[in-house]
Amino acid sequence: MVTTFHYLMLGAALFTIGVIGVLTRRNIMIILMSIELMMNAVNINLIAFSNRLQQVTGQVFAIFVITVAAAEAAVGLGIVIAMFKNKETMNINEIDLMKW
Amino acid sequence: MLELVLFYIFAAIAVISAILVITGHNVVHSAAFLGATLFAVAGIFLTLHAEFLAGVQVIVYVGGILVLFVFVIMLIAVERSVHERQYNRQWTIALITSAILIVEIVYALYRGKDSLNLPQVVPPAASAAGNSEQVGTALYTAYLLPFEIASILLLVAIVGAVVLAKKRTPAEE
Repeated sequence: MVTTFHYLMLGAALFTIGVIGVLTRRNIMIILMSIELMMNAVNINLIAFSNRLQQVTGQVFAIFVITVAAAEAAVGLGIVIAMFKNKETMNINEIDLMKW
Repeated sequence: MLELVLFYIFAAIAVISAILVITGHNVVHSAAFLGATLFAVAGIFLTLHAEFLAGVQVIVYVGGILVLFVFVIMLIAVERSVHERQYNRQWTIALITSAILIVEIVYALYRGKDSLNLPQVVPPAASAAGNSEQVGTALYTAYLLPFEIASILLLVAIVGAVVLAKKRTPAEE
């Protein structure tokens, strides 16, 4: 019997993997992918509770999360391209123009 | 029983590919493993009887966002970053922080496990309608305003992405 607890644990695992990716990698593409992983973990939690409570609200919210993820990917990748035109790098340690 | 087996298969694929996404040296491989994770999460949605969301996951994430990622990877040089150092200098402290995070989440979930034993909800009689129909009805009635706001968000994102990525004309500089 798969319980909600199983799904929550899977969501926690995926979210933590995403956090590790964001914190440790230097390649900006992989950081953006890690953010997608974290959003997927959130979606799993939302839909697990939607299934548990037999309400469709969680699924509607998951659709909004996917919308925000699509918008975030479009703008994020636009920034990556603009950055690459100026700096020729994907390494976030070299993108420090606004660092004081 | 079948449910449990399917859950563990999909969960294993999702977690292992997610680890491979963040450990890979080649960005193209990471994108491929991200695709595997997204497909596995779509399978998880299927085991939760959210068929519409599984379809949306495959179409929007794999068909849209992932293809966008691959396009950008192809546009900008890949070869040079393969030979660079892949991890930050502060990776030890990042791992410690993440370990604390996962321990906290698991501890909280484990302690609160009993509160998840909510009274079993009987599906209302109206749920004879399919999953897509239910989601669509909720989306276009109770959540109409958030839905419209989401469409404006997408419009802003499209315009923003084009403005950011387009080539500047001499007149603008």
